[in-house]
Amino acid sequence: MTHAIEVRDLHKYFGDNEVLKGIDFTVEPGQVVCVIGPSGSGKSTLLRCVNLLEQPTKGQVFVHGRELTDPDVDIDAARRHIGMVFQQFNLFPHMTALQNVMIAQQRVLKRSRKEAEVVARENLAKVGVGDKCDSYPAQLSGGQQQRVAIARALAMNPALMLFDEPTSALDPELVGDVLTVMRKLAEEGMTMLVVTHEMGFAREVADRVVFMDGGVIVEDGPPSQVIGAPKHERTRTFLRRVLHPEER
Amino acid sequence: MTTPSPTVAEPGPARLSPRKKQRIIRTVQYVVLAAAAIFVVFYADWSSLADNFAKPDVAEKALPDLFRIALKNTIIYTLGGFLLSFVFGLILALMRISQVRPYRWIATVYIEIFRGLPALVVFLMITFLPLALPGFEVPGGTYGQGILGLGLIGTAYQAEVFRAGLQAVPKGQTEAARSLGMSAARAQFTVVIPQAVRIVIPPTTNQLVALLKDSSLVLFLGVSGEFVELAKFGNDLASQYSNATPIMVAGLTYLIVTIPLGYLATKLERRKGAGR
Repeated sequence: MTHAIEVRDLHKYFGDNEVLKGIDFTVEPGQVVCVIGPSGSGKSTLLRCVNLLEQPTKGQVFVHGRELTDPDVDIDAARRHIGMVFQQFNLFPHMTALQNVMIAQQRVLKRSRKEAEVVARENLAKVGVGDKCDSYPAQLSGGQQQRVAIARALAMNPALMLFDEPTSALDPELVGDVLTVMRKLAEEGMTMLVVTHEMGFAREVADRVVFMDGGVIVEDGPPSQVIGAPKHERTRTFLRRVLHPEER
Repeated sequence: MTTPSPTVAEPGPARLSPRKKQRIIRTVQYVVLAAAAIFVVFYADWSSLADNFAKPDVAEKALPDLFRIALKNTIIYTLGGFLLSFVFGLILALMRISQVRPYRWIATVYIEIFRGLPALVVFLMITFLPLALPGFEVPGGTYGQGILGLGLIGTAYQAEVFRAGLQAVPKGQTEAARSLGMSAARAQFTVVIPQAVRIVIPPTTNQLVALLKDSSLVLFLGVSGEFVELAKFGNDLASQYSNATPIMVAGLTYLIVTIPLGYLATKLERRKGAGR
């Protein structure tokens, strides 16, 4: 069986700073994998290397068996099937929610205007913002914006979804709406790689949790193990800080 | 002043309080202003001034052609130059932030040269183009020459305006577009440039005002007849009647256009500040 994502000996430097120091890991189709770790541990960089928003300095990235790090691969074509959701939403501010979800369908998948609109409305309704089609991003709350961003990615019929701290920029009371949508996606069998600080979500939804620190994977296993009974001291220290911040 | 002397600690009765001091300074300012006004009113030769700068019958002679020819031509030169500078300014701005180093060099050299040269020098050089390139003629004749001059200069400034606008669009916008499978070029044209254009509307309006004023330099192309714009028109009539009124009238006509445009730019700027 081909892996949904396979990363081999991935290294990434920013200048002299080695952010990823040899990462090997896989995600199987239909799996939800959460990446946790302190800030600066390289987890966002790892995620961004999967769709080559960051060019890996060394190593290979395969998505559904195709090597994206191969210079001959059409990266634009490959990215069509890899949805990505950003911490800062990155909606296009000069377009309505509906246009945000339609534009790439029309320009990249060459869908007709009509078809794109049907798909867009479907997906906006699915994430619970079906009544916000004509609103501009500035008129939406953070939670609504992030759900529009998820709809925008889903409208491309992605084979897998990357989430880069999707709830970190949200007010606490809006986090739940976004997590509910992500949970629903997971139940539908979407392959998901999620960089997150939401331990509850990781524990309940993830099939696997990956703990990263200092540019390496320290621990990788089911949430009951990595979060419930971590083997490494670094994991324990991190979890203690995240779960009980007031006890420092 | 900043080093405190012992006497400052205990202000004696002889010292002025800050408020009193301020009142005296303001009074002095009003006195100076009143004196200057009185001097102007009594010592200026008003009848001679009016005779030279605001003679109604001379102003009247300017009238139909002032709008029919001069203002029309000023607008043609300005809008033509503006169109050139908008299109080539955008191209140059994209070259300036290009990954391809020679493009960056070319753009930088062009921008530095044409922002550094006085507009007048550029116009003078255009008049010598036919001499330098025998048989060469600027397409569009006199209009073409004027528009070319304004376009050459405007492009350099507009390129810098666009560059600032393009760089003001957050990087996440490009990343989002690329992650949806758009090519780099598609992302620029669908996502980045439309936002950049919106951002640069206020400074671009100011650019238009600057070009409108620079269009007066068409005077140095030696235009005549139906090609004259406001400044040349005013100057010609002024020589003809040995009276400065037509220049005054031309000046007022510029203001009729530039002041509203200036207000428009300020308003657009404020609207942008209020958030999109």
